[in-house]
Formats: sequence, C-alpha cells, structure tokens
Amino acid sequence: MPEQADSLSPGSSGRLLKAPESFLDAEGVRTVFREAREGRRDFIRTAFASAVAAGGTLAAGKAAAQANPVPAEGGDPNILKNPEHTTGLGQSVVTDGYGKPSQYEKNVQRRQSPGLTQTNQASVSFAPLQSLFGIVTPSGLHFERHHQGWWDIDPSKHRLMLNGSDDKLLKRPMVFTMDELMRLPSVSRFHFIECGANSGMEWGNVAVPTCQYSHGMISCSEFTGVPLKVLLDMAGADYKRGRYVLAEGADGSSMTRTIPMELIENGEVFVAYGQNGEMLRPENGYPLRLVVPGVQGVSWVKYLRRIEVGDKPYATKDEAIHYVDLMPDGLHRQYSGIQECKSVITTPSGGQVLLDQGFYSVSGLAWSGRGKVRRVDVSADGGRSWRQATLQGPVMDKCLTRFSLPWVWDGKPALLQSRATDDTGYVQPSFKQLRAVRGTRSIYHNNAIQTWLVSESGEVKNVQLS
Amino acid sequence: MFSCRELRAWGLAAVALLTAGAVWAQSTAFPGIGRPATPKEVQAWDIDVRPDFKGLPKGAGSVARGQVVWEAQCASCHGVFGESNEVFSPLVGGTTADDIKTGRVARLRDPGFPGRTTLMKVPTVSTLWDYINRAMPWNAPKSLSTDDVYAVTAFLLNLGGVVPDNFTMSDANIAEVQARMPNRNGMTTDHGLWSGRSMGNGGKPDVRATACMTNCATEPKVASYLPDFARNAHGNLSEQQRLVGAQIGADTTRPPGNRVRPTAAAGGAPAPSAAGQAAVALARQHNCLACHGVDNKIVGPGLREVARKYAGREDALAYLTTKIKAGSAGVWGAIPMPEQTLPDADARAIAKWLTDGARP
Repeated sequence: MPEQADSLSPGSSGRLLKAPESFLDAEGVRTVFREAREGRRDFIRTAFASAVAAGGTLAAGKAAAQANPVPAEGGDPNILKNPEHTTGLGQSVVTDGYGKPSQYEKNVQRRQSPGLTQTNQASVSFAPLQSLFGIVTPSGLHFERHHQGWWDIDPSKHRLMLNGSDDKLLKRPMVFTMDELMRLPSVSRFHFIECGANSGMEWGNVAVPTCQYSHGMISCSEFTGVPLKVLLDMAGADYKRGRYVLAEGADGSSMTRTIPMELIENGEVFVAYGQNGEMLRPENGYPLRLVVPGVQGVSWVKYLRRIEVGDKPYATKDEAIHYVDLMPDGLHRQYSGIQECKSVITTPSGGQVLLDQGFYSVSGLAWSGRGKVRRVDVSADGGRSWRQATLQGPVMDKCLTRFSLPWVWDGKPALLQSRATDDTGYVQPSFKQLRAVRGTRSIYHNNAIQTWLVSESGEVKNVQLS
Repeated sequence: MFSCRELRAWGLAAVALLTAGAVWAQSTAFPGIGRPATPKEVQAWDIDVRPDFKGLPKGAGSVARGQVVWEAQCASCHGVFGESNEVFSPLVGGTTADDIKTGRVARLRDPGFPGRTTLMKVPTVSTLWDYINRAMPWNAPKSLSTDDVYAVTAFLLNLGGVVPDNFTMSDANIAEVQARMPNRNGMTTDHGLWSGRSMGNGGKPDVRATACMTNCATEPKVASYLPDFARNAHGNLSEQQRLVGAQIGADTTRPPGNRVRPTAAAGGAPAPSAAGQAAVALARQHNCLACHGVDNKIVGPGLREVARKYAGREDALAYLTTKIKAGSAGVWGAIPMPEQTLPDADARAIAKWLTDGARP
C-alpha cells in the first residue's frame, strides 16, 4: 500500500520561495489544516493503525533484507581489490596544524533555517544533531545565537569588572585580566546549553523537517573556568541583600541578564574561558563567557565584561521585551530561565531515509535543567506503549545524556517518540499536555515530546499528534 | 648608589606599599590577582538602568528632537513610524488608549492578532531607555548622547500614543511615563522557571505528565506535518546528512521513495572561490551585509540582485564603485543608502566582484 503523501507529491518538488516570518506562512498553515480535514490525516491514521495491529515493532525480531548483499562475482570488490590507501604511501604529519574533519564529512554543518530571521547578525545557526554521536558537540558545530553579530576579541585587552549596584552590595569593585582569571584554580564541567527558543517554531504546528532545525539550538561541551562565587568572595559581595547578579557582555548588544544568586552561591555558575580542551570559539564568546547550568543560553552571557551584584532584578531588554513567554491569558512570563526536562531521537529522525528493513539502534539525547536524567522511554507506536531505553554513562548533572534502544523495522509505518524523566520526577510532556497549560504562542520553552513518522518508503518525517 | 635621604624615602614608600599589600592580602585567598576598579572605570561600564531608575543618568529629550534622530538613525531599519517589519519586528502598533489606562495590552489575549510589537510587550520604560542606550543604533551601538536617548525613547512612545507631541522626557518625569506604559501590568513571575527563591513559585512545574508504559492515551492521530510543497524549503536534505551511517538523507528535490545511497562525489556544495570569499569578507568587514544579503534583500537589494541588474552595463565598475562610496536613493526603493566610509580600493574590489557576476 503506497503512502498517501507519495501519491500527492508529483509536481511539488520545485524550490519554494521562502516565507518571511516563520517557515510556514498563513496560507501554508491553512493548506495543512485543509488537507487534514480532507482526509489525509485519516489516511495516515488508518495506515498506522494497521501497523499497530501487525504487532509491537520494538525489537521484535523478524527476517530482514541484507543491507550489503554478496555481488555475483563472489565477493565485495572493496575487499577483493586492495585500494590505493592500502598499497601506497600516506600523507605527512602536520599537513594541517589544526586538523579538520574528513573531506567526506562536508554535509555535517551548522545551518540557518531559511526565513527564520531577517538579518544575519541577529540570527541563529542550528547544530546538526542528526550527525552527532555521544554527548559532546564539536566546538565548530556548536549552535550559534548572536544578537548583534560576533567578534574575535583580543584576549590581552579583555577585562572582567565586578561592581555592586550600590557601594554596600560589593565592598571592593574589582577588575581582572584574562591572565589573572587563568591563574586562579579552575573547574572543568560538562553541561548542555539550550536556547530558550529551541523548538520554538513548532509550538503551533510542524514547521521544519529535521531535528537540526527542530532541536538544534542545543549543544554540550566541557567548559573550563572559575566559579563566580570565588570572584565575588574576593570582592566582598553582600549575599544577604544581593540576591541578583547582572551579567553583561562586551559586544555591541551588551547582552544583560539577571541571574539568581542561589545558582552562584551553590558554586554552579562559572566564568568560562575553556571549551572542549581549547579556548572558547569566537562565536561562543571568546575569551570569556558565563556558564549558567540548566538555564537558557541567553543567560550564558558571551564576551562577559561585567558582573553587578544587585538587590532587585533588572528587566533588561532580553528579559522584558525578548525571552518573555506569552500565555493564553495574555500575560507574559518574565524571568523564565530553567530548561525543563526534554529529549529527542536523533537517529532515525526527520529527513532521513531507512534503506532497508531490519535492525536499527534508536538513539537520541535527553537533558534536564533541573538535574540529571533519570530515565528515557521510547515508543514506536505513537505513545501507546513504551519501553525503557538504555542510558549511556556517565549521566551528569544538567548535561546531555545519550540514550538508545534496539529496534527492528518491519517496513510498516511507525511513530517514534522519546520521553525523558529527570531526577526530580518531572516527566517530559506531550504537545497536548503542554499546550493545555501554555497555549501555542509562548515561542520559548517548548519541551514537548517529539514524534518522527517512519513511513513505508523509509522516509522519516516530522509530525505532531493530536 | 642611594643617599641616606633617598633610601629613607624609598623605604617609607616601600613600607606604605607593603602595608597596602598586607591589607589587600587579608581580603583575598589569591594575593596578586585582581585589583580594585577605579570609580572612573566603574562609571565607564556601569550603564544599566533598572526599573526603579537606579543607574539612569540625568538628561532630557523632546519628541520633536527624537523625530530628527529617528529619521536619521533609526528609520532605515525600523520604518518612519516604527512599523517596519523588513529588518526587525515592528516596534509600534497594537496598543490602545484603553491599554494605557489598564496597563494590560488587550490584543495579547487574541490568538488571531498576527504579531507582537515591542510596545505591546515591554512593561518597563527603563528597559526601552536601556535598550536604546546600550544597543542602538544597530550598526553603531552606544553612539547616541544621553539626551538623544531620552529623545528617541520619547518619540517612540509618542508613536504609540503614550506621550503627547509636545512632551519632553527627562529623569524627573520618567516615573510618570512608567505609569502610562500600555503593558505595565502584563508580566508575571508566577511560574516555576526561575531558579531562585526571590521570585517565582519556588520552581514548581506547571505541566504535570505521568510516565504511562502500556495502553496509554488514545489512538494516535497525525495532526500536523509538512505539506508536500514545503518538502525542499530547507534545501536538499540529502546534502544535510552524513554520507555514511544507519540512514541516508532524503533527496527532497524529488518525491519520496528514493533509496539509493549518495556517493562521496555527489556530497557537499561546490567550494567557494577565493575571489568570492574575499569579496564577501570585505562586504562583511564594511558592514554592507547589515543591509544587503548576498542573495537576499534586507534593507537594500541582495548583492547578486545588484550584480544581475548591472550585468550588461559597460560602465558598471565605475558606476558601482561610486555608488558604494556615495550612497544611493530611488533606484531600489524608498529607503536610501547613506554615504559609506571605506577605502576606495575596497569599494572597487567589491564593485569588481559584482560586475564579474558575484560568483560564490
């Protein structure tokens, strides 16, 4: 039985004009709803129901096509005939003083979502989650978010200043050079950083095709730096009155965000210069950025130049105009920082094609801004039944956790989902549960369960369930 | 050799230094690291303004003066009336006189209302003042005088009907303006997403799901997916997937069903030329790309659109070199391009690349 979407597609493969605002313009949204009313939804549902009737597909063993069949000549030419790299002389050391990925990895790039933003300086690029292994994001593939363009700042001229919003909140306003900060004892910790608007395009309906665009405003690195509390102790901060800290960047936007003193007192927040064993990349705030584990990326102020201890929150541009979450009653949530527990299957995921039936390791990423990931469950039937996935250790606090579950694809449609639970007991919600409380206009903090439809053609599509 | 007097003087100075050092050492576990910031340094960097106006410098600016600054420095991105959606989301619109009375923007309750302007969202006038002062204009942040920041803030609020035409805003009356902000009562911290105890509900989540394992929910229905016409809107997905691995990328230039693994030769976009890279780097360096995309219009036309328009023109190189330096008006639309300061050689290099077809 051919999938309905296939039969409707002839003539529709041409390139599109990009919509200016979101990726789906108003007409596109109407088209989706119209087609849904006209029965395509029912068709997919019917196709899916038959798949469910055929039995559970998770790890249910079944004969499958051989992915690499033996050729007629009795052996694989890649085995029978030695290639040049086996019979010749290879390249010298230090052909490249800073090595680059293989030439065959050119497709693995961070990318912009067409039409999402109108300038390239106040914009975002998404990390290619579909191509990454483990939990660490290579620094050159780390997602980018700039508010007024990025800079490559001379570290010998960069300064960090500490002051108080009045004289009593900080006894000794201080200035540090990078040399001085790097003389202090350092910590190195793995943490995820997720933009508060990650998955923001998907609040109302499906808008993007792959997990790069739906979830790629997250990355994970080992950051190295000095706990902010060490610096504030040196400067004599008044922790009793000073319950807020303002972090400010040195770039044109001079990003400012209010940070709760609790996260500094417990030692979690640090000023970082290191990322994955080297210095921060310029796009990620070289030479100094704030690390605020569990909190949305905008608070991880890049090009950090100033810390102010205050007794009131600051209502900065990025916490009173931007990064405010609109609720159905017309109120905006202000100072919404925590990235709640969330997960996404990265393989197989939207935009990919399964070439053959048979075994696949369903794998993805889970995280929580409130602590550690306790468990991840995976469903292949759209959430009717779930099985617990294996977590790859070490499972760290406010850090990406890789999960996987064996799966045998029988060639029938499947709806793959993952659902994470953190160590506070919080369970990642479905779209239905999330929208029932927050509506569809929040932009920020969408942590709903993601669904990928594996269609009979093998193509994987981004879908949302009712 | 030191005289006794010199030695004594030096010694006294050394004692004074040591004393200061000792005092400092008592206050830090890390002697020799960090130094006191001078009042002058703190003043230079401590520019933030809080909702209670702590940090607001004295000054004043009129709506009329604001309009002058606006038209020179702000209108090219934000529109003459703050209404433009071409570069940024609109600043003005969507608020009413009634909102000014209630402090709640009524249209935020209407899911059908298409967009949210800055004035519909911002609850605090300090935020507007601080935003303009620290980050505007877009390509020359922090270049406005204090009085002009007051003036531009006043003009923007005047466009939204918050202050009258003859208003002069100052540190003395800004609190009265705050009392008229259309969305001043439109924010809430009653949620669980603040990590401290000083605000919010203590971190209690608002959505409570449970981890059902079998016979969960009802029959799943696919309610939303990408329409076929959008299949290739993010580019060909087969070029966005690794060439080797469990899955291949879908060839979105064709209907679904392709199951042929792409080969290495087919993967990846063509490498850009050195000339193309150099020209784009120059355009970036001189901030051309703030207003012109390489392929797309931003404020002004995309660079390749310019290249196409002048493709057949004999004096294109000289013409474009002049235009890049001197600016232009009326050729591509209503918004003029101001005069630019960049070396002649760079202007000519960019023009040369344009007349050569603006190749990647």
